[in-house]
This record gives sequence, C-alpha cells and structure tokens, in this order.
Amino acid sequence: MYIYDEIDQRLVDERVAQFRDQTRRFLAGSLSEDDFRPLRLQNGLYIQRYAPMLRIAIPYGMLATRQLRALAHIARTYDRGYGHFSTRQNLQLNWPALENVPEILAELAKVQMHAIQTSGNCIRNITADHFAGIAPDEIVDPLVWCEILRQWSTFHPEFAYLPRKFKIAVSGATEDRAAIQVHDIGLQAVRNDEGEIGFRVLVGGGLGRTPIIGAFINEFVPWPHLLTYLEAILRVYNRYGRRDNKFKARIKILVKDRTPAGFRDEVEAEWAHIKGGPATLTSSEVERIAKRFTRPTYESLDALSSSYVLALGRDTKFAAWARRNVHPHRVPGYAAVTLSLKKTGVPPGDATSEQMEAVADLADAYSFGELRVTHEQNLLLADVRQSDLYTIWQQAQALGLSTANIGMITNIIACPGGDFCSLANAKSIPVAEAIQRRFDDIDYVYDIGELDLNISGCMNSCGHHHVGHIGILGVDKQGAEFYQISIGGAQGVQASLGKVLGPSVSQDEVPDLIEKLINVYLERRESEAERFIDVVRRIGLEPFKENVYGAHQGSKARGRQLAAA
Amino acid sequence: MALIKDRKLAADNWQLLEAAADGAALAIPDSGDVLVSLPEWKASREWLLSRSGRVGVWLTGADEPADIASDLAHFALIAIRFANFADGRGYSIARLLRERYGWRGELRAVGDVQRDQLYYLARCGFDAFALREGEDPQVALTAFNDFSEAYQTSVDRPNPLFRRRESAGTL
Ligand code: SF4
Repeated sequence: MYIYDEIDQRLVDERVAQFRDQTRRFLAGSLSEDDFRPLRLQNGLYIQRYAPMLRIAIPYGMLATRQLRALAHIARTYDRGYGHFSTRQNLQLNWPALENVPEILAELAKVQMHAIQTSGNCIRNITADHFAGIAPDEIVDPLVWCEILRQWSTFHPEFAYLPRKFKIAVSGATEDRAAIQVHDIGLQAVRNDEGEIGFRVLVGGGLGRTPIIGAFINEFVPWPHLLTYLEAILRVYNRYGRRDNKFKARIKILVKDRTPAGFRDEVEAEWAHIKGGPATLTSSEVERIAKRFTRPTYESLDALSSSYVLALGRDTKFAAWARRNVHPHRVPGYAAVTLSLKKTGVPPGDATSEQMEAVADLADAYSFGELRVTHEQNLLLADVRQSDLYTIWQQAQALGLSTANIGMITNIIACPGGDFCSLANAKSIPVAEAIQRRFDDIDYVYDIGELDLNISGCMNSCGHHHVGHIGILGVDKQGAEFYQISIGGAQGVQASLGKVLGPSVSQDEVPDLIEKLINVYLERRESEAERFIDVVRRIGLEPFKENVYGAHQGSKARGRQLAAA
Repeated sequence: MALIKDRKLAADNWQLLEAAADGAALAIPDSGDVLVSLPEWKASREWLLSRSGRVGVWLTGADEPADIASDLAHFALIAIRFANFADGRGYSIARLLRERYGWRGELRAVGDVQRDQLYYLARCGFDAFALREGEDPQVALTAFNDFSEAYQTSVDRPNPLFRRRESAGTL
C-alpha cells in the first residue's frame, strides 16, 4: 500500500477546498450547470437517472482496511448503506446528495483517498492486475509504476480537456489480467535480455460503440522514458484526436485513421523532442516511491500447508470453493482469496457497509490489513496463509461472500444498467439475477466450467460485454428493452471481441437462450478441458445460431434437424 | 471584458480582428495594436509590418504553432483562442510555443476563458487571460492559488516535483 507523503496529502486537501468552493458557487448560481459539469465530472460526480452518482477512485485497486472502513462509513452516512464496485476498480455511490459531496471528499482525503479524474475527458484512474506483486507468473511488479503514473496523471495541466476519456491499464505478468488490450493505453512491464525494466506500449484499444483490440506501437520503452513517451502519445492525441463527434473522439479512432504505424511515427517524432527532458524518471525517484509502499512481512512457511490439505480432503464444499476462489501466490505457503460479490439476488459488485466492515476485519486478521478490488467486481484478500483458508471460508460464508463461482458462468460482470444509469437502454441487474437463478445448481455450473458472462446496459460497455465469452448488451427496440447476445469474446493475452449471434430478445427470453448456448457447448465439447470459448473458436457461431434461432435459419439447419429426426 | 496579466488586472489596448462571417475583406486599422488570425498574418504580412502599431497573432486550436516559429520576432503578443473551454488543444499549443519554439512574450488565452481553467492554463505557459463576459475578475484572481504544488513538468515549473525534491534533498 502506498502511503502519502506531506505533499500528496496537501494536494488532495487542496482539491477538496477547490471543489467545495466550486460547489458553493454552483449552488449560489454564479457557476452555470454547463460550466460546473466538467468540474464535477473531474471529481467523479455524475448526475444520474435518480440522483447524483459519485465514483471514488481506488488507484490500481489497492485498499487498506482503514480506507474500506471509511468507505463503509461514507456509504452509511451519506448514502443508502451500500456501494457498487465497478469494472474499473472504483467504488460508486448511487445516492449521495450534491451538497454533501465536498464533505464526502473531505472524509476520503482523511484516509488518503479521492475521486479525482474518475470521470470527464481526462486521464482516468490507473488500473492494474489485481494479483500485482503476488502473482507467480509476474515478471515485473507493476505497483510502483502504477503509483508513478497516478502522480503523473493527477492534475496534469495539459491533458485535463482531452477529446474524450482516457484509460490506462498496467500488467507485469505473463497472463494479462488487466485487460490492457482494450485500453486507450495498455502497458506491459517486461525485462530485456539485460534484465532491465521497460514497457511494451499498446494504444487504441477500447470497448464501447467501436470495440477494438489495441496495437502495440513500441516493444520496449526503457523505464526512465516512460513518462515522456506517454506525454508524446497524449500530446498527439490531444492535438489531433477528433472533437467534432463524441463517438469518434477516443484515441482508437485516431490510431485507426492514421494506422498504428503512422500513429507510432507521429509519437516518435514528438517523443524525439521531449525524450531525455526533465520528465525522465530517475532511479532515486523510483526507489523513493517503492519505499513508501508498505509490504507484507511474510513468514517462511512450507509450500503446502498440511492443515489446508487435510481440510480439502475432509470438506468437499470447502474444496470446491478453494478450487474456484483461492489463487496461487508467489510466496510459499500463501494464497490469494476472492471474496465473491456475485451472490444470486445481489447486484453484481454491490457490497453493504456491514459487509465492507466485515471484510476489513477479515483483512486485518488474515491479510496484513490490505485488500484489492478486481475488475471482475470482487474483493481479493491477497496475502493469506494457506492454514487460515478454512477459517476465512467459514467467515466468508456467514457474510454471504463465499459464492464459489470465480471464473464460472454465475460470476457475472454487470454494469448498474437501467436501474441506476441514465444512459442505459435496458436493465442489467435483473438479467444477471435471472441467469444466476437459472444456473443455481453449483454442480452443473462446475460442469460447464470456465465461462465469462458480461452484461452492459448500453453501448458504453461498462460491463465489458464485448470481451465476455457470452456478452449481453441492452438495446432499445422501439422503446422496449431488448438484449443482444454475442459469443466468442475474451480478455487476456488472447483477447478477442464477441460476435453478435442474431436478433435481440426480450428479458424473459434471455435465460432460455443462454441455456441453449450452454447445451450446444456441452454437446459439442470434446472433453471437459475444452472450455466454452474454445468450442466457439473451434466450431464457429453457426451451430449456436441454429440451436437458438433454429427454424429461422437456412436449409443447412433444417437439413440437420431432419437428419436428427 | 477583464484582462488579467501577470496575476493582476491590466488594461487591454489590443484589438482582436476577425474576418466577418460573410467573407468580406478584413479592415485593418492604420494604427493601434492589432491581433490577427494566422491566415490573415500570412496574407497581409507586409502591410501588418509596415503600419504603425504593434502586431500579434491569434491561433485557434487547429493551428500549427510551427507555422509561426520563424516569425516570433515580429509579434508583440500571441493569443490562443478557446472556442469552447472543453477544447483542450490550446494547452498543448501553449507548451509548444513556450518550450519548443521559445516564445517569451505575452501569451494570452482568449475566448471561452473562465476562472476554473486559469490554474492549468498558467501552468501551460499562459501569462495573460482575457476573461469571457460575466466572469468576476476578483474571483478569477484567486484561481492561481488553488494548488500549492504539482507533480509534473510544466512551463511554470520546468522540473517535475521529483527533481525538485531531489535537488532540495527532501527525499
Ligand atoms: S454500460 Fe451504459 S447502462 Fe451500463 S453503466 Fe455504462 S453507461 Fe450505464
């Protein structure tokens, strides 16, 4: 956990004072709604369908327990006693009153938190692999770099009014758990043959209306040059990104227009001017930041705890949970644990103040007082002794956080959708719940195996439906809420975008349709090791289409049905 | 319309000239200080330099600062016009003029310029601000004190915070 120094603290305090004054002027009528909008957005405040929504930054997903307790307190005092963890590792409050927001920001500042640049056309919260620092497949620990980027992007004077929002994600492992390929900039920390750290830089990925996998434009930016290289990208984008059409304003459109190679050349030309300048990072700065991180003091333990092994053998329910929700750790005898926020009947990603406090207690007792938010909208205890896993599981059960579905069909990613969001075409939470109810037999869920199901309430794609193995998108059909289903999307190193299956369907039809897709998969898979996504890749969309839309399909489909009859 | 210069209210003797929407030729007065657009500067350069009165150029967000890099010595003022405060191109142009092309004279933000943009504008190298109609200049003057520190390199503090910490020995 990064600990603020005096200047970090002063800056967030000054931000609170600034926003307090802006809010006062707005409420007094001397600042118009139009002028106030970008100011409140850069402090995370939206005006939503029913109330304002405040998005609180959780930089690269790291939280200390005192911070989680403060969030619980804020949710209880200024909201309705719960919060929503989003796919960008932020926490959203759905019902704060506008006039209380300065006070909420002041409470956040007391625990070294803020809502800076969580919205608006600026550099947003930096996201990272939620296993950063603990993953066995890690090449470079990205946390220090994430904090360097947090500081660099905070109040960057040149890039506060970009053509559109700008998202940066960082990964330092072999597997990509930060979805870097669908970010405006994706950074993969790597080492060269000499062991020096550098970054593979990808630009122009994104979801939304025009989903696209980004392109790598530099295979190795040595770490001292990270900030100047990013400034070169941002400057080219700030100057030439489209501002005439909101839907074409993301950097991905510019990269496409210029071609990745053309864009890279422009960045290189700009970089040539600023490379080696004062923004060049120094090893003493990197060390200074690294030293301000508290790190767990691990005990030296056996690689495999015998009590853990015994418990696995004794209790099959525990073993099932452990198989899904316990993750390997680079330190012998330790593990990471996902506390699921995907219990059926609870909107995905939602947690009550009581749950937050209880999770804080768990993290204090078993995980060095820290935890993480994952982009799959769950909470993670990252540094747990294997020998404590059984106790943690028991306590998580009591808290409703032990749903053993990580990586499974019911671990649904969903945006707040039409229940809260004014941009929505359709609701997402009831759809998630209907699917979870349909797949409530956990043995059946395990049989289906690994499957990502993601739901967005509109094209803005906050629920990342494009990269779900099954993606569900809310669409508007003559004023009615409909759902368009796509399959074949994936996140990670082999990222791909889902393809639309066919005509959209009503809310009632969604669970049946999903079940039909699953049936096709179960019939066609060659072994249990072949996942849903693998089958889609192998056999393509047609067999799924035929089964779902049967009679409406061409002669090929009919021929097969006849043959089967 | 109030002008803030070097963090004080200042008198403004400049006339910003803009071609009429109907495309009629721009009437440039014989004397007095005038600010002209980049196309006007290119078209009327000789006349602008021969008349009495100083000349400055105003750029839009779409203009290339490189186009005036070799003309800087002729200007007494450069302005960047913000058609809309959400259009952030002028921030990059300002830094380029200051940091790459070495403009040391007055750099003025004009157009949709309001109190809550001033702090970042100043960091990008603007030292003068023609506030849009209706802005309270006294309130605007407080904007420069919104923050006491900044992490990044900028025109007003060329060294980023980490280098200033290092040279101050406060690591
Ligand atoms: S995807 Fe659309 S409906 Fe869902 S949260 Fe984002 S903007 Fe709102």
